[in-house]
Amino acid sequence: MSAEAHGAVFHAPRGHQFDTAEQQKDASTLGMWIFLVTEIMFFGGLFCCYLVYRWLYPAAFAAASHHLDVALGGFNTAALICSSLTMVLAVNASQHGKRGALIAFLILTILLGGVFLGVKAVEWHHKFVDHHVPGPSFLFEGPDARQAQLFFSLYFVMTGLHALHMVIGIGLLTVLTVQAKRGKFTPEYNTPVDMCGLYWHFVDLIWIFLFPLLYLIDRHAK
Amino acid sequence: MITAPISVPEREHYLNASYGLKSWLLTKDHKRIALLYLATITFFFFLGGLFAVMIRLELLTPEGDMVQSETYNKLFTMHGVNMVFFFLLPAIPAVLGNFLVPLMIGARDLAFPKLNLASWYIFTIGGLFTLYALLSGGVDTGWTFYTPYSTTYSNSFVIATAVGIFIAGFSSILTGLNFIVTIHRMRAPGLTWFRLPLFIWSHYAASLIMVLGTPVIAVTILLLAAERAFHIGIFDPALGGDPVLFQHLFWFYSHPAVYIMILPAMAVISELVAASARKRVYGYEFVAYASVAIAVFGFLVWGHHMFVSGQSVYAGLVFSVLSYLVAVPSAVKVFNWTATLHKGSIALETPMLYTFGFIGLFTIGGMTGLFLAALGLDVHVHDTYFVVAHFHYVMVGGTIMAYLGGLHYWWPKMTGRMYPEILAKLAALTVFIGFNLTFFPQFILGYLGMPRRYHAYPEEFQVLNVMSTAGASVLAVGYLLPMCYFIWSLRYGKVAADNPWGAVGLEWQTLSPPPVENFDEIPTVTHEAYDYVSLPNGSVTPKKEAHVR
Ligand code: HEM
Ligand SMILES: [Cu+2]
Repeated sequence: MSAEAHGAVFHAPRGHQFDTAEQQKDASTLGMWIFLVTEIMFFGGLFCCYLVYRWLYPAAFAAASHHLDVALGGFNTAALICSSLTMVLAVNASQHGKRGALIAFLILTILLGGVFLGVKAVEWHHKFVDHHVPGPSFLFEGPDARQAQLFFSLYFVMTGLHALHMVIGIGLLTVLTVQAKRGKFTPEYNTPVDMCGLYWHFVDLIWIFLFPLLYLIDRHAK
Repeated sequence: MITAPISVPEREHYLNASYGLKSWLLTKDHKRIALLYLATITFFFFLGGLFAVMIRLELLTPEGDMVQSETYNKLFTMHGVNMVFFFLLPAIPAVLGNFLVPLMIGARDLAFPKLNLASWYIFTIGGLFTLYALLSGGVDTGWTFYTPYSTTYSNSFVIATAVGIFIAGFSSILTGLNFIVTIHRMRAPGLTWFRLPLFIWSHYAASLIMVLGTPVIAVTILLLAAERAFHIGIFDPALGGDPVLFQHLFWFYSHPAVYIMILPAMAVISELVAASARKRVYGYEFVAYASVAIAVFGFLVWGHHMFVSGQSVYAGLVFSVLSYLVAVPSAVKVFNWTATLHKGSIALETPMLYTFGFIGLFTIGGMTGLFLAALGLDVHVHDTYFVVAHFHYVMVGGTIMAYLGGLHYWWPKMTGRMYPEILAKLAALTVFIGFNLTFFPQFILGYLGMPRRYHAYPEEFQVLNVMSTAGASVLAVGYLLPMCYFIWSLRYGKVAADNPWGAVGLEWQTLSPPPVENFDEIPTVTHEAYDYVSLPNGSVTPKKEAHVR
């Protein structure tokens, strides 16, 4: 193939179906963006349910959201934003071939993600203690107990699926860290770091929508 | 016709490049993965068919005498679930599309071969879940899983089936993603968008739907399973939840999903029409754009399944009008195929018989879709056999006809063998007769008021039901025949030439069966698709002749 004529400019593992390393990178990037679109549609279904019920039962949703801990939620938001920063720095490091920095930033990102999940677990635990988990043992004072249960159903499904995405993200980053240690990434070949970066930012972005919708709207309208 | 390059008996191709089970189960070759899919969906097709046979046997007599109503509910549910999610949705894209997309655009493989193999495993695992549900007692909700019956009242294996469908959905997403990236990034030199075969355009449009729609059904099914398992009540009216919201989400995917089934069928028909008429498809650009239009408008009409579900009259009106609009691009295609055939020198080989079958039956199916999209009429025939007949005309008369036509047409490329022509023609005729005998009476039954999904019916409907059951037996023979002679042909079929139809597509410019990397040398495309005028004997790359081994 014609690409071979350039000589051995890339050390990248290139699939036999591609002519050039650029073509391979282009394809991966497009594939990742399409995957993120499917994720948007996936969460879109949930957001749609949320909007319908918020529209139908504004009072119940406001009352229920008062039982979420804004301080913990806010802390988690900050943690995730920081993790996005460290992720960007990791991608940057890999593009410049700084292996040490890459590994450090990847580990930092993993840690911040871990902090988020830890705090989230604490919040869920509170909900268990307060009987705010939907199901037979659900307890809620006030006139809108039934609809409040809808709110908490959505809360658990949405934060649960988001957390699942975080867990997957942390898994991916762990693999990257190991590969980085082995020196797999070079300024010429760092597509996996780039792609995981896109994914990580996307998962952060979902939270940036979840946080105001679940925790903040109508906070003061009691 | 066309003289084949004299191939040495032991020429290496994708089938004999390596041997053994492992070489198949770990293959990353899109052609082999297509064959894996072929085997899997054939299994599900005959499984779904078995349920259909039992349904038709029960309906032979007015009394509910063969099975209880509970069992009957399970029969039609398992029939629908198997056929829709495990046969029709993957049938053409995952088998013919998988095999042909790289060949038609002059690529060595799909962009992501590992994902492609993963999609087959995911599909198979999803299928096993559903199989498990079926063996342990079945599901009785109907393939539509309407809440609250499915979440609260049904006493059957809803969760296992739902999980199976959820999992299989990911295989569909991966296939769509792979096609889109491949079509964008892997085209051969000179192959511009408007030189692409219409097969590719249609698959591209179908892939858009797979990628945009499937995640929505995934999350909907997840919510359904969560509600059933943990009583968290997203759609539970007892908590103020809205069961109609479930229907909205379900049809938001499932209407576009019918286009996942029909667009690839249209893809096949465009190729078959051009090859038999030996002409460029009339109004090529319009047919190409029509595919995309169908994909886009298809997302705006889901409410026509819910005219009597309690959505507002205004919503009903809007959905009704939009449903008329979505029929326009489909009609454009039918007219353009017909115009292509007009004064073409048509060769009446088996693939063409299926093509004629498709055009006629799809037209009837589409027209009756328009009847159903009329609010005033649908209120009367909703949930009757009229609807059943409508969707079988499009899905069985449309998609399966095209699938079989395509399988015959590309069989020589896939296997290097010809199917037996006379027997194949006989089978095509059997399918056509059997199909119409089975489903045409159902239009009348529905119009007369026979509701769907009951195991007993008033006596005056018996004659038409007997016709339908008789037709189903004929149809079954028509489907079993190709399976038998296809398998037979693998060993005893005539050895196929590289281009037995003298067609101009890139897939015919390589060997039959193709080498592992599809082409000895990636071709350069200099002509538009279906250019039978300047390439009368179906050769795209003139240097091909110099290439005989
Ligand atoms: C020409 C465009 C089409 C129009 C306007 C149309 C319209 C409709 C309408 C209004 C219904 C609802 C009837 C009712 O439940 O009362 C319906 C049902 C259905 N249609 Fe179509 N249709 C079209 C094409 C197709 C195609 C191409 C397919 C599949 C390949 C398809 C598959 C189905 C199925 C499966 C159902 C029944 C779903 C169920 O309730 O189980 N339709 N169609
Ligand atoms: Cu529809």
